[in-house]
Amino acid sequence: MIVVKDVHFTYPNGIEALKGISLAVHNGEFVAIMGQNGAGKTTLVKQFNGLLKPTKGTVLVDDINTTKVSVATLARNVGFVFQNPDHQLFSESVEEEIAFALRNFGFKETVIKKRVTWALNLLGLTQYRKTSPFMLSGGERKRVALASVLAWNPRILILDEPTIGQDYQQKEKLRQFILQMRTQRKTVIIVTHDVEFVAECNPRVLLMRDGQIIADGEATKTLTDTDVVTKASIVPPQIAQIFLCLPNMELPKNVIDVYEAREILLKTLERKTK
Amino acid sequence: MGVIETRNVTYTYPGAPKPSIADVSINIEKGEFTLITGPSGCGKTTLCRCFNGLIPHFYQGEMKGETIAAGLNVSEHPICELAKHVGLVFQNPENQLFALSVEKDVAFGLENLGVPREEMRQRVDEVLNLTGIYDLRERGPSELSGGQQQRVAIASVLAMQPEVVVLDEPTSFLDPLSAKKIFEVIRNLNRKLGITVVLVEHRLDLTARYADHIIVMDEGKVVLDGNPHEILCSEEARLIGIGIPKATRLYQMLKKDGLKLGNTIPLSSEEMASLLTEALKDG
Repeated sequence: MIVVKDVHFTYPNGIEALKGISLAVHNGEFVAIMGQNGAGKTTLVKQFNGLLKPTKGTVLVDDINTTKVSVATLARNVGFVFQNPDHQLFSESVEEEIAFALRNFGFKETVIKKRVTWALNLLGLTQYRKTSPFMLSGGERKRVALASVLAWNPRILILDEPTIGQDYQQKEKLRQFILQMRTQRKTVIIVTHDVEFVAECNPRVLLMRDGQIIADGEATKTLTDTDVVTKASIVPPQIAQIFLCLPNMELPKNVIDVYEAREILLKTLERKTK
Repeated sequence: MGVIETRNVTYTYPGAPKPSIADVSINIEKGEFTLITGPSGCGKTTLCRCFNGLIPHFYQGEMKGETIAAGLNVSEHPICELAKHVGLVFQNPENQLFALSVEKDVAFGLENLGVPREEMRQRVDEVLNLTGIYDLRERGPSELSGGQQQRVAIASVLAMQPEVVVLDEPTSFLDPLSAKKIFEVIRNLNRKLGITVVLVEHRLDLTARYADHIIVMDEGKVVLDGNPHEILCSEEARLIGIGIPKATRLYQMLKKDGLKLGNTIPLSSEEMASLLTEALKDG
């Protein structure tokens, strides 16, 4: 569980990125953090694995105060996948890249082999086992970065913009994977601009603006509230936009799922034709 | 002849076991807004690298067939000459930013072209305003957020006023509202100045509405090429697994359910909402 109490954070250059954040993320929760560029989303999640420590306030990860331990200690439980895969890839082959952290954590070679194979398979990278990560496409490199973190099976997984450069099928796999993590009571926190992905996953959504959280709740509620959505510099999912445009007062305004939309419209239009 | 044309282009990166694009023949007309999409690793970025000669000049490897950009066979002209006609905005802005300030980065291409100082000043200010980064002009690109860097990369290319702008997922780091604003800037450049736009994107919900022409690639080949309304509503597009806009998907499903809806296939929420408004009235 992650508990954040009145956290403020100021970068050395004087930019105040977090201005009093309080929140709790329970085990097994799936949270999407969204909002304007520069709102403090990445700064906030970097507090969760101790990459950044609060200027004021406290962050507790499984009751451990992040200022009291090293990033390396936290990393075993908190896996972090960066926005830009090039910030974390460096090995000569995809296989080596994935094995690297496992070796650092002192896993046995036989276990490492199994884990690497599992991660390669999960992310559809088996054919690139021996390839240099730098020969791969942007979307593929992103998956290598994800595989290298998933391999050590952290309890809390933080993904900064996991859907960038991913096609529809890859996103669907990622969604399935996150659902699977949740059934294992693992916590998944994503930072994302991808409203359509969030609409399909329906997680708890935190909207940020200017170093603060301005909304916290189910995606159906937060992403259909046009006022906070605009303040957070995002747009409602396409299905929500359609319902928000429709003049019919009987229709609900908090629909984000295409299948739900279909049911509602079929019922309403069939009733009308009778 | 189109402003960009490829004839049976097959290209293999140095040391790669198989071609990244195979036998690609496409034609992009002047003034068109073209969307290139397809599964990750399908060769979209590789194809774009042919348009300004990065392939074959920079990446080397083995190229067959030919690419004609703005009337020039790219194999026969150096990148610096092609750059005046075809501007490329990369997927990862860090790959193209390097100067000490945003302003200098944006001015760099113009300095190389020998644009007079006064005009350079004017063009730089204009694109900084257009992309909403005027206030950041004295900041170092490396200290900016991913989204801000993407705007700098777009501004640098726009400042060159090329005939064709090729953008490879140019807003992937931007928040949705800023992305929408950038796409609208790009669309205005296309409509008002007649600049040909080639956009590589997965997020069709955000971008399909702007396109006159869509090219869908899969495993290095062009598999669908034509009108976006028809293509995005086709069964083939759904099977390849490209992210069909939800508005189009909803339309497709309701039509299949036998609902009476207008015949213009929607690509945006506004288009779908107006079809539904009609249906709700008529019922």
